[in-house]
Parts: sequence; C-alpha cells; structure tokens
Amino acid sequence: MRFDTLIDSVGNTPLVGLPRLSPTPDVRVWAKLEDRNPTGSIKDRAALAMIERAEAEGVLRPGCTILEPTSGNTGISLAMVAKLRGYRMVCVMPENTSEERRQLLRMWGAEIVSSPAAGGSNEAVRVAKQVALEHPDWVMLYQYGNTANADAHYRGTGPEILADLPEVTHFVGGLGTTGTLMGVGRFFREAKPDVRIVAAEPRYGELVYGLRNLDEGFVPELYDPQYIDARFSVGPRDAVRRVRELLESEGIFAGISTGAILHAALAQAAKAVKAGESADIAFVVADGGWKYLSTGAYEGTVDEAEERLEGQLWA
Amino acid sequence: MAIEVRVPTILRTYTDGEKKVSATGDSVSALIEDLEANHAGIKDRLLEDGQPRRFVNIYVNDEDIRFSGGLETPLSDGDIVVILPAVAGGAR
Repeated sequence: MRFDTLIDSVGNTPLVGLPRLSPTPDVRVWAKLEDRNPTGSIKDRAALAMIERAEAEGVLRPGCTILEPTSGNTGISLAMVAKLRGYRMVCVMPENTSEERRQLLRMWGAEIVSSPAAGGSNEAVRVAKQVALEHPDWVMLYQYGNTANADAHYRGTGPEILADLPEVTHFVGGLGTTGTLMGVGRFFREAKPDVRIVAAEPRYGELVYGLRNLDEGFVPELYDPQYIDARFSVGPRDAVRRVRELLESEGIFAGISTGAILHAALAQAAKAVKAGESADIAFVVADGGWKYLSTGAYEGTVDEAEERLEGQLWA
Repeated sequence: MAIEVRVPTILRTYTDGEKKVSATGDSVSALIEDLEANHAGIKDRLLEDGQPRRFVNIYVNDEDIRFSGGLETPLSDGDIVVILPAVAGGAR
C-alpha cells in the first residue's frame, strides 16, 4: 500500500476475526482495528473530515487557530493534521485526564487549556464555547455537533465493514460524540437495514455526573436515536475485564473504551447463541492501550484496576 | 418484588442522601410512581409530559430504556435500575 502523505493513509483499517472470543463458529465477533490510523485512533477519520470541510467552506485558512473541547484522541488527531497543514491548535480538556494524553498533545504542538475535573467533558465543552466567544477568529470545529464527524463514518467506517463482511449482522461502537454510531448507523439503514446498531456507553464515577441541576445535562448535537437499536451502559470493571480478555485470548492490545465496546458485543453474541441464531458482529477497536498504561488498567487485580479507574475519565 | 434503583447525586435530596433505594413496579412507569410515593417530588425531575426528560437517562440492567420499551419496559424482581444525567463524558 502506498500513499502520498500520512493524511492519505487515514481509514481503510483491517477487520480481524476473533476465533477464540467468538462463542461458536456461527456466532462470530470481528474487530475493526481503528488503532491502525496515523495517530492511532478512530478520531483521525473525524478530525480529517472536519478540517477538510472547513477548508472547503473557506472557514479555515493557513495560519488559523483551531479550538476544540477534547481530552485526547480528537485533539491528537486534529493536532497532527493542524501541524501538517499549518494551523495553530488549542485543546480544552478536563484537568484529570492522563499524562500521556497531555504529552502527546504537546508533542504535536497543541496548547492545552484545562477545565475543572468536576463535571468532566460537559465543563470542557462549556469552557471551549466560552473561549470561542472570546476569540471569534478562532475556529471551533466542535466534534459533538459537526456533521463532518458522522459523515466520515458514513463514507468510511460503515462501507469498509460491509465490503469486508457482507454477512454482517451487528455493529457495535462506542457512544461519545456519537459520530461513529450516527455515521455507521445511517450507512447501514440505507445499505443493509437488518444490521443491528448497538451503542456502548462508558459509565463513570459520580464526580463526572456532578451537575448542579438536571438542565445542565449534555446531549451531543449529532445524536439521533433513530440510528441505533440499543444502548448499553458499561462500567470500568467490565471494560477492564474485557480488554484484558482481548489481549490474553486474541493478542490485541486495545484502549479501555474498546473493553466497553467488546462487552456489549459479547452480550449481543450471547443473545444470538441463546436464540439459536447465527451472527457476525463487527465492533470497533477505537485505539491501542498505550495511552492508558498509567491508569493501571492492565496491571494488578481487576478490583484494583476498577478502583483506580473510578475517579478517572477512563474512556 | 424488590428493584434496586441507583440515584445520581443530584437527585439524592429526594432520597435523604441515599444513593440506592428499593422500589417496586412491573414497568419503569410503575416504578416511578412507587418512587414518587416514597420520595415525593422525584417524578417531576425524571419526567416531562409523561416522558423521560431530555437530560435524564434510565437504564434497566444497563440497557437504556429508550430502546427497550421506554417507560413500559418490563421489570422483574432483582432488576437494577440506574438513573444518570446525560453528560459529555470522557475522552474524545
């Protein structure tokens, strides 16, 4: 495979069968390796798509500053493209995200504005919107509402899965900005409506849900429930268990959100087995485990790992 | 019949600070009525015009009820219901 630049190599990731984790020869789970993207995560797709659309619309010109509420992968992806295309990058993120993330962002030249830990990414979004008002010439691509995010998956992730696995019956992705599920969901509604679209949503410790009132809640502007069929809340314990299982039985070293996604995928597999149905379940490996080593998720007992992750934005 | 209901910090003013309370009901709708009977005022924080409020998520055994039958999602003894506010969450 040959590409003119790194950016041209975004997407077209491998789909890998998991013979040990699949419960039977008729109910199979398949991992889409999104860590095989230039900066190591599925966000490369959304970041590139958002920047390219902004450039096409004339909103982004060389020397512009890009601003984004992001505690990691999107910031890293944007920072990479920004560096190659000549933009300044400012990321707003909660102060309690891992050191690897901050270091990676700084390495790619991004500047970090910290938002308070309590209130997690809600607060980062709020702070970023405020900063955007104060700097009207900065460009906030806004991954939570930018349709280019979902479109990247409608055009890329979804079609790639169908091309590699025409017999696909389920797609399982992580629910964050909702871009992946909205894009892949919309794609399958059109191309193969029988495919069941399943969302795995990380469940955090209490601090992250510490709103002052229920009207302060946040739902990404991209989110449209019509594109998903089921949504599961997965806690850090199950995510850690599954990510260790994935490594141990299939040799895939994945980030913790992938553990949550796998948990939901295996639940769908178990349902299919119980119903006596065959299934081909494609799920997302959103990134590799490298950035999460300092969280303690991969060492010690599951109890210890769960405890360590409770207070963190683990996915 | 006993259903464990986990309540987010913000609603614990209705449960005397308890994070877990017990309730009964054969559907989420019935459960909310039962919660209201013991924790007056909580129903109005959860529902608006008879539907879950926009920023309120309700899970039965970790599954979001909006996809499993809404307020008519059936409940059985031993089920766990979790109520969480909608948040932007973590690392994106």
